[in-house]
Amino acid sequence: MSVSHLITNTHSISRKKQTRKFLNKLFAQRYLQVMALLGVAWILVFNYAPMYGIIIAFKQFNIIHPISEAPWVGLTYFKEFIEAEEFWIVIKNTLGISLIKLFIGFPLPIIFALFLNELRSLRYKKFIQTVSYMPHFLSWVVLGGIMATWLSDVGIINELLVYLNVINEPIYFLAEPQYFWGIIIASDIWKEIGWSAIIYLAAIAGVNPEMYEAATIDGAGRFQKMWYVTIPSIKAAITILFILAISGILNSNFDQILVLRNSLNQSASDVIDIYVYRTGLQSGRYSLATAVGLLKAILALIILLIANKTMKKLNETSLF
Amino acid sequence: MFQLNRRTHGEIIFDAVNVTIMAFICFITLYPIWYVLINSLNEGNDAMRGGIYFWPRVFSLESYRAVIDNPGIMRAMGVTVAKTLLGTVVHVFFTAMVAYALSRRDLIGKNIYMVLGTITLFFGGGLIPYFLLIRDLGLLDNFLVYIIPAMFSFFDLIIFLTFFRETPPGLEEAARIDGANDLAIFLKVIIPISLPVLATIALFHGVYQWNDYFVGMIFINNQELQPIQTYLYRVVAQSSSSQIVANAPGGINKNVTSQSIKLATMVVTTMPIVFAYPFLQKYFIKGLTIGSIKG
Repeated sequence: MSVSHLITNTHSISRKKQTRKFLNKLFAQRYLQVMALLGVAWILVFNYAPMYGIIIAFKQFNIIHPISEAPWVGLTYFKEFIEAEEFWIVIKNTLGISLIKLFIGFPLPIIFALFLNELRSLRYKKFIQTVSYMPHFLSWVVLGGIMATWLSDVGIINELLVYLNVINEPIYFLAEPQYFWGIIIASDIWKEIGWSAIIYLAAIAGVNPEMYEAATIDGAGRFQKMWYVTIPSIKAAITILFILAISGILNSNFDQILVLRNSLNQSASDVIDIYVYRTGLQSGRYSLATAVGLLKAILALIILLIANKTMKKLNETSLF
Repeated sequence: MFQLNRRTHGEIIFDAVNVTIMAFICFITLYPIWYVLINSLNEGNDAMRGGIYFWPRVFSLESYRAVIDNPGIMRAMGVTVAKTLLGTVVHVFFTAMVAYALSRRDLIGKNIYMVLGTITLFFGGGLIPYFLLIRDLGLLDNFLVYIIPAMFSFFDLIIFLTFFRETPPGLEEAARIDGANDLAIFLKVIIPISLPVLATIALFHGVYQWNDYFVGMIFINNQELQPIQTYLYRVVAQSSSSQIVANAPGGINKNVTSQSIKLATMVVTTMPIVFAYPFLQKYFIKGLTIGSIKG
């Protein structure tokens, strides 16, 4: 009895000591704590408060009454989205645009970087690189304006096609759904190819030049060196960016599509993000739009985890 | 050393083709921008006839005068300049401050803070809950909506972290012995030696602030608080450009068309980015490669 009493006593004394030590340390770093906690407060307000707001996906929310007063409705809005007429159109457009972007838009910057790296003149290489990433800094609004000018019925594309006798009558490109995917994908590549190539060029610059010398001695040509030396050396960078690209498959380039879409091309331009914007902010169906957004966020997370795990197995490189 | 001075036939052809393809890529990158520029510098009605490909046919600055004389465009430009300057300073300072605190190994609760932040990289509330939050905070139709919700980014914090962790601890120690507190150390020791990374983040955020039209579109109804990109969005997407001509002082000017004003507005909007480009370039490659390759 007395022994155990003694033990608890020393325990509480040492705990007291520890608490005091902890408080002293906390006080000593009070400035640091305030600096960090200001950031944490911002995160709680601007990142976590909206996560709480997700519950309106399960409630019949209207803008006049507070969230807590809205009645629970379970999965009604999820069901409504899945059964909606637009559901398959939205899925088709989102996945269609993303997959084509992945298959064409993902390898192109790698190929561009590889060939840029083969230029002999350093000055020319630097010049091309500088020009190639300039469009990245244009806003989608300005680029949308440029494209509307180019693609209009009196625009340069129609002039050229009529001149070459490919078509007889000008085409209203932005008014016809069948051209929309192509326009989106081509303009995205045009804007971002140089920018995306920067990371690959940086990775290529880090390749040990002795490996190229050794390959030259072994009689390897330009393409063989690209294939057997350069690509394996930048595999890690490619893998990481590939995981990120796959995990973004449910994201469409919202800024871009919002500028180029209109009521005439809606059957090809209605993607998940646009649908959320349209039903939520334009039609005021907050609960439905939140449910759709939540569904997307969860699926995106699952896709990221699967992509990460698969790449870890195949390639031994992963995000985490 | 092996020096291959003599190139084989195949190599010469490869180089020639490669140089040509690169020149072509360069052309298709620059030409659309050039096309807009020369058409905006052409007299408006004449430009409607088309056929202006390499040089203005009837040179005129009337469209630019119409842009400058338009109070709506100029005010929107002012909003953009204000939000870009203020937003960038606040964002860089605030994010760097939080990052510095988190870069200190002895910070109590550091791991919890990092986990809280990392989760936000992978999951968020989405557009509608965010909109309701902004509304509840009273930021609708408020200039601060450009500044406060954009003052922090966990992604940028990670870039700062990588940089701060490499600063020599001796400097901080010396300042501490001199009696400086952690905030003073951040301001007087860390900031002056971190200028490259501060410039990188400032340029990225500055470009974001300059180019963003979405915030101005969904959170702002008051025309006076609308930035130039949102203004241009309305012109481009809703083709309300005829309205600008009608709004221009002195009524409809014969030498300009809604199209030529639209083009001139686009050029004016992009000009600052083009001028900033040489400075941007110096830093962004570094910034882009800091976190990404290591990951």
